[in-house]
Amino acid sequence: MDLNKKFTPETWPENPEKATLEAKNKFVGFWLFLGGETVLFATLFATYLALKNKGPSGFEFTTQGLFELPLVLVMTMLLLTSSLTSVYAMYHLKNYDFKKMQLWLAITALLGLGFLMLEVYEFVHYVSLGFTYDNSAFSSSFYTLVGTHGFHVAIGLVWITLLIFRNAKRGLNLYNAPKYYTFSLYWHFIDVVWVFIFTVVYLMGVIG
Amino acid sequence: MADIQVYKKSPAEFELGQRRAKSAMRNQIMMFSLMIFLTLISFTMVTAYQADVAGFSKFFVIPALLLFAVVQIALQLYYFMHMNEKGHGIPQMFLYTGLMLGLLIPLTFVTIVWW
Repeated sequence: MDLNKKFTPETWPENPEKATLEAKNKFVGFWLFLGGETVLFATLFATYLALKNKGPSGFEFTTQGLFELPLVLVMTMLLLTSSLTSVYAMYHLKNYDFKKMQLWLAITALLGLGFLMLEVYEFVHYVSLGFTYDNSAFSSSFYTLVGTHGFHVAIGLVWITLLIFRNAKRGLNLYNAPKYYTFSLYWHFIDVVWVFIFTVVYLMGVIG
Repeated sequence: MADIQVYKKSPAEFELGQRRAKSAMRNQIMMFSLMIFLTLISFTMVTAYQADVAGFSKFFVIPALLLFAVVQIALQLYYFMHMNEKGHGIPQMFLYTGLMLGLLIPLTFVTIVWW
């Protein structure tokens, strides 16, 4: 079978992400992975909630004093919008419009990069205040939770950049459609985790 | 691996597909606006709490925040990650198993700490 076969919008299957056996396996396997990721983040959230605002005596950092909401709001908007642009990309994938899909994915990557930059800025700012990783139980659990999420964003950025460049000349076919589709699932999942982070860590942290 | 069967859609089928994709897209954009709206409400509620606006006590704001987060997650999963489409039974099983553990683990930890 030739996976590099060219299609037209009329012959392009309705569910290109599940049109071959390999694609079906990828689809199911990736959802299993996302289920596992849910558990990973749950353990990190649990640790954070248990250790929040706790540290050695004389330790002065609290969630109320540390977090700044405007920065978090901008980060949230960037990531939420990048979720929408990857939905646009998947719309064009289903309609067999390769160029528009690549364009929307590039925009997704740029928004994700903006998010990551702001997070790096935030961490650098905290470290400059003396809130380092080994400062307290609170700081370790905070950096591990939010940092693991940031690490996922970074992996997603590398992933989509490789996909965009590797397939730039190939065009859309049944070989790479499932690859693009699993990326978009991954990217939405990152946004799902972020919704909980901004709610539980930042907003509830500011309240106390 | 078996050969991919190439099937050329008739003009009517092609148009139907496009119409369906368009209406799915319209739904997704509506849900996106709702998500933005919920996010802004969440941030506004916390700002109101900080400014001591009457009625925005801790015991109202925190449950409301968690409720909005759950609604946003459901919208992401069902509209953006296509879980409302056919053939998502096994993904649902995986994800709900993960979410169940994801609820139990934080609950256990928080209970131990608060006891």
